[in-house]
Amino acid sequence: MDIELRGITKRFGSLVANDAINLKIRAGEVLGLLGENGAGKTTLMNTLSGLYRPDEGTIVIDGKETRFEGAGDAIRAGIGMVHQQFMLVPVFTVAENVVLGVEPTGRFDHLDLAKARQQVKAISAEHGLDVDPDAVIEEVPVGIQQRVEIIKVLFRSADVLIFDEPTSVLAPQEVTEFFGIVRSLRDAGKALVFITHKLHEVLEVADRINVLRAGKVVGERDPKSATEAELAEMMVGRAVRFQVEKVPAHPGRPLLETSNLAALDEREEIAVDGVDLAVREGEVVGVAGVQGNGQTELVEALTGLRPPVRGTVSLLGQDITRASARERHRLGIAHIPEDRQRAGMIGEFDIAENMVLDSYYDEPYSHGMIMDWAAVHNVCVKNVIDFDVRTPSIYSLADHLSGGNQQKLIVARELSRDVKLVIAAQPTRGLDVGSIEYIHKRIIAARDAGVGVLIVSTELDEILALSDRILVMFRGRIAGAFAAGEASLSEIGLAMAGATA
Amino acid sequence: MRQETLSEEALTRAAVSRFDFEQLAIVPVLAVVVAMILGGGVMLATGVTVPMIGQAYLALFDGSFGSLAAVSETLTAAAPVTLAALGIALGFRAGLFNIGAEGQMIVGGLAAVTAGFSFHGLPLVVHLPLALLAGMLAGAIWAAVPGWLKAATGAHEVITTIMLNLIAVQLTSFLLRNPPLQKPGRHDPISASVLPSAQLPKLLTWIDPGLRLNAGIIITVLMVILVYWLLFRTTLGFEFRASGLNPPAARYAGMRSGLIIVVVMAIAGALAGLAGANQVLGVLGRASPGFTGGAGFNAIAVALLGRSHPVGVLLAGILFGALDAGGRQMQVMAGVRIDLIAIIQSLIIVFVAAPLLMRAAFPWAFGFNARRQGGR
Repeated sequence: MDIELRGITKRFGSLVANDAINLKIRAGEVLGLLGENGAGKTTLMNTLSGLYRPDEGTIVIDGKETRFEGAGDAIRAGIGMVHQQFMLVPVFTVAENVVLGVEPTGRFDHLDLAKARQQVKAISAEHGLDVDPDAVIEEVPVGIQQRVEIIKVLFRSADVLIFDEPTSVLAPQEVTEFFGIVRSLRDAGKALVFITHKLHEVLEVADRINVLRAGKVVGERDPKSATEAELAEMMVGRAVRFQVEKVPAHPGRPLLETSNLAALDEREEIAVDGVDLAVREGEVVGVAGVQGNGQTELVEALTGLRPPVRGTVSLLGQDITRASARERHRLGIAHIPEDRQRAGMIGEFDIAENMVLDSYYDEPYSHGMIMDWAAVHNVCVKNVIDFDVRTPSIYSLADHLSGGNQQKLIVARELSRDVKLVIAAQPTRGLDVGSIEYIHKRIIAARDAGVGVLIVSTELDEILALSDRILVMFRGRIAGAFAAGEASLSEIGLAMAGATA
Repeated sequence: MRQETLSEEALTRAAVSRFDFEQLAIVPVLAVVVAMILGGGVMLATGVTVPMIGQAYLALFDGSFGSLAAVSETLTAAAPVTLAALGIALGFRAGLFNIGAEGQMIVGGLAAVTAGFSFHGLPLVVHLPLALLAGMLAGAIWAAVPGWLKAATGAHEVITTIMLNLIAVQLTSFLLRNPPLQKPGRHDPISASVLPSAQLPKLLTWIDPGLRLNAGIIITVLMVILVYWLLFRTTLGFEFRASGLNPPAARYAGMRSGLIIVVVMAIAGALAGLAGANQVLGVLGRASPGFTGGAGFNAIAVALLGRSHPVGVLLAGILFGALDAGGRQMQVMAGVRIDLIAIIQSLIIVFVAAPLLMRAAFPWAFGFNARRQGGR
C-alpha cells in the first residue's frame, strides 16, 4: 500500500505545526522521518493515523484521495501506529492485550481466548516476533512490550506501520533485535515509517530519509550516501559538532569515594554489589552499561535516596554513607536524575519554582520559613538566560517546555549553584542534537572549573565523548575500567556484555 | 542591553489563560446554575407547582442575601464550613484526602466546650483564646494520628479518618452522658454551658439583638489569609504543594514526606477543630450530639468547589452558608422541604467534579478549547 501526503498543513492557534508537507510512503520500504523535538513529526503522524484533521492538504492512498474522520478510519484503511508510550493493560496477558477491542467471540459473546492465542502465535511466527502469548505484560521487559504493540497493529491487519521514537525505551541489544523486526516487516511488503531524532539509527535502518525542521520537509536523502553531519545540519539548521571539545583533564584531590558499596532494588534483591569507585576534582568519570545493571540504584545510593546495605560513601574524606539527600545536597553534590519528568521537576510548578526545587530552604530564596519570591525570580531569570532555557516567561509551567528545555532547566538548577560534584544520570536521554550539544558543553565547563563529574549513561557515544575515565557496570559490579584514550569500543562492549577477561 | 530586554520579557506574567478562567470561574458558576435548574425539576416532580418553585427560589435568595438578618445568618453558617474546608483544601494540595474533618470538628468542639465551662473568673482576652486553642489542639491531635499512621505504616488516610469520625461520634455520646462534660442535673446528652468569658462576641447585637453573627467570621477570614500565606509564601507551603503534585520529585529535592504528611494533617485538624470550637463558642454555647450539623462533610464539597484555593474556599463556603440560611427561609415561606438544599448542594459537586460534562452541555461557554478538537 502506497500513501502520499500532499500539502498537509496543521495549525494550533498561531503555531504552524505542519506547513504544506509532501511525503511519500511506499510498500516494502522504510521511510526514516528525522527531526528535532517540536519539528512536527508527531503531529504529522497523528494526522496520518486519523487523530488530527489537517487544515489543508490531502492524504492519497493507492491513488485515491481519502479523508479520515477519526482513528478508526485510519485503522480500517490499514494504517497502524506504535506509540512512544505503550498503550497496554499491565495486568493482562499478551494475547488479551492484542485482541483488546476486537476480541474474537463465540456464541453468547463468549470470549474465545484460545483462538486469540492461536492468532497471536501465527502473527509472531510469520514475522519473527518471538513472544509468549500467555505472559503478563507487567512481567515482560519493554523490548517484548514493544513487540506486543507491533503484533497489536498487525492483528488489525495494518499495511502501514508508524513507529514513533521506537528505540527511546530500548536497551542497545534490544535495538538490534528491533531493527531485525523492522527489516523482516519491510521484506514482507509492509510500508514502514520510522520517526526518530537519532541519526545513526535512520542511517542504519531506513531506505529513504526525510528531514523535518520547523514544520517543513527540508530535504530527502539516501542513507547510502548521507552522512551524520549532513543530516544533523539539515535537522538543526546549522553545523553541529559531534566531538565535544575539551582539553585534557587536570584531576585534583579525590572527591567522591565508595568502598564495597551495595544496595538493593525495589524487589529487595541485590542491585549494586560491592562497588569501589572514585571521582576526583576536575575529571569526568563515565559509567557505561546496559540498562538495568544497577546504575539507577548506584546513583540513588550516591545521592542519598537509597540507603546502602553495605559499604561506605565519602566526600572529600568525610563519611556520608548515612547522610540524607538534603545533607549531601548542601555538601555540594548536584544530582541530575535519570527520569526528569518523574523526579527531576514538577510539571505543574512554574519554571521559577522548579529552579529552586532543592534549594528553596536556603538563603537567598527564603529567610527562615518565608519564601523570598523576588529573589527566586531574579536568580531564575539569570539562570534561564545563562543556560538558554527557551521559554516565554519564568511563570510558564514546566510541563509546557519541550523535553530539551526541561532538561536545560534541571541542568541550570543543578550547575548554577556552588557544587563540588555532579552526578548526572542519562543527562541527554530523548533530547535533540542541539540540546545534547549544549548540555555536554556545560558539563565539560563544570569539569574545567574543578568540579568532579560522574556520568551514568546507557548511550556509549555519550560516555566516550565526555569521560576522562570509563567504568563499565555489569550485574551490579564494576566489570571494567578504562582510561579515555586507550579504550576501544569492542573492549567496552565486551565488558558491557559481561565477558571479562 | 540584550540581557535587560530578555530579563524583562522573562519576568512578564502571561494573562490568565482562557483554560484557567474556564476551570476556575465558568465551571463552578455553571454548576450552580444547572444544579438550581435541576433542583426545580425535582420540585416539579414532587408536586410543587411552577409558581411555587419561583417563590421557593425567591425565598432562598431572600433568606440568604435579602436583608441584614439574612446576611448575618449566611455568614454564621459559612464560618465553620469554611474553616474545616480550609484544612481539607490544604490536605488536597499536599495530596491527602482527609475525610476526617467531621471527627476533628467534633473533638475540637468538645475540647473547646470543656475549656469554655471549666475556668471560672478568667477575663475574655485570656479565656476565649484558651478555649479556641484547646479546640485547635484537640483537632490537630485527632488528625495527626491518621497522618502518623500513613507516614509510618502506609495506612490510607481515607480509611483511617473515616474510622476516626465514627469513633468521634461515639465519643461524643459517651462524654456528653457522663461528668464532667454533662450538664449537672440533666439526663440527656448535653454539655454544660460555655461561660460568657469564653463566648465569641456577637458582632451585630448593637443593631438588633437577634442577629447571631459572631466573631467567628473574623477568625475565618484571618484563617483564609493565613492559609494563603502558608501555601504560597512559606517554605512549608512549597513543600506541601511539591509533595502533593509529585512525591518522587519532593523526595529527590530532599523533602521529608513522612513529616510533611503529619504536619499537614495536624494543621488541617487544627482548622477543623477551630470550626468545631466556632460552633460551640459562637453559635450554640454548648455541645450536643450532632452539634456540627454535618459541616465537616459539607466542607469536603466546599474544598472541591473552591478548587483547594483559600479564596475559592471562602467563596464556596459563603455559597454553602447562603444555601443553608436561605433553605430555612424557603421551608418556612414556600413550604419546600429543606432536603432540597442537600440535593442542590450535591448536584453542584457532581457538576464541579465533571467539568467535561459542563463542557459538553454548554459548548458556547467554552470557546477556544472546545473547538480545538482535543488539543495538541
